[in-house]
Amino acid sequence: MASLDDLKKRIASVKSTQKITKAMKMVAAAKLRRAQESAENGRPYSEKMKNVILNLSNGISDKENAPKLLSGTGNDKVHLCVVMTSDRGLCGGFNSNIIKKAKSYFSKILSEGKELKIITVGSKGNDQLKRMYGDKIIENISFKESKNANYFDAEKVGKIVIDKFKDSEFDICTIFYNQFKNVITQIPQAQQIVPLNNKDTEDKASEESYEFEPDEDEILANLLPKNISTQIFKAMLENSASEQGSRMSAMDNATRNAGEMVDKLTIQYNRSRQAAITKELIEIISGAESL
Amino acid sequence: MSEEFKIEIVNPEKSFLVKEDILEVVVPAFEGEMGILKDHISIISFLKPGIIKISSKSGDENYYVEDGIVEFKNNNLSILTSTIFNVVDLDKSKLEDLIEKAEEEANQTEISDQFQYLADQKVQVLRSIN
Repeated sequence: MASLDDLKKRIASVKSTQKITKAMKMVAAAKLRRAQESAENGRPYSEKMKNVILNLSNGISDKENAPKLLSGTGNDKVHLCVVMTSDRGLCGGFNSNIIKKAKSYFSKILSEGKELKIITVGSKGNDQLKRMYGDKIIENISFKESKNANYFDAEKVGKIVIDKFKDSEFDICTIFYNQFKNVITQIPQAQQIVPLNNKDTEDKASEESYEFEPDEDEILANLLPKNISTQIFKAMLENSASEQGSRMSAMDNATRNAGEMVDKLTIQYNRSRQAAITKELIEIISGAESL
Repeated sequence: MSEEFKIEIVNPEKSFLVKEDILEVVVPAFEGEMGILKDHISIISFLKPGIIKISSKSGDENYYVEDGIVEFKNNNLSILTSTIFNVVDLDKSKLEDLIEKAEEEANQTEISDQFQYLADQKVQVLRSIN
């Protein structure tokens, strides 16, 4: 049994841990509000972009010669996966959920005998993936310096993806990120961005006919790379909201657990203090009786 | 019948501007400036660096854009752009920053013709604001 002094020290240390987790929860809550706001503000842009591309790809006359970013290279041998995680830990299952999703996808691809290339965004994902898939990681990008997700960073990632596509280094590109549903639930997502997957939206395309200036092909060629950056930016916004939400609930749990632990330790401390007093009393009484 | 239509400018971070009393918009489309009035035919086009001129009942405004896409449909004009500034907000130092950046881009040697053209255009437009 731990001595009184040890117990006292442990209670103090748990209490100070609790203070830290509480503070982290507050910070995460404040950041969450901001991240959520910017995720919502960013939605119109990506929605509009999606609509325009949908209208364009319906209007395109020559499907055979459509830009490769839209129709694909016709192969599916080389898969590029962009795994987007955070740069900081202590956010519950946030990173490991993405990694889990990504890993199951990786093993599926590898078992089909296809080639795999990985780009990691955020240092946590890189840490976890380099043990198993170290030789597959071709690039690691981290935005530790930028405070919030910004479009400039997304454009950088988008540019890397597009350059690699132009050099025909891959056929299919998928991004992995957490979609923010609410503070407790974040859903890991795998979204294919190259070639553009229009299947689920095809039937509700508008029948409106557009005038194009210059022609469809040229607009599409200009637009598709932008769309990739936009999709990545959307993923980054969702991710940062998810990260804060996940951290908030993780820290909330930690704070509660620390509270329970303090209660338990305090009871134990009081019990052993009382036991010590009783023991001393018995000793004094039996000492007096024997006289 | 009123001659007004709606404009919405969005950038990746947020909805930049929404206005409902627009009379005319002139956008720097890739193949030349394009004026849009009410009941224009549905159109999609993209922008080169330049000035968007908006005239509305509540006054005229000018915005500097570097790129973007315009979509006009059912008297709704949507402009998607990643870089947009209100010309009124561009003070001297900011303008100089932008010019410097654009010149740097224009002076790169290994860039495509199209990129070179866009960069030159940026410098030209920014200079003209000055």
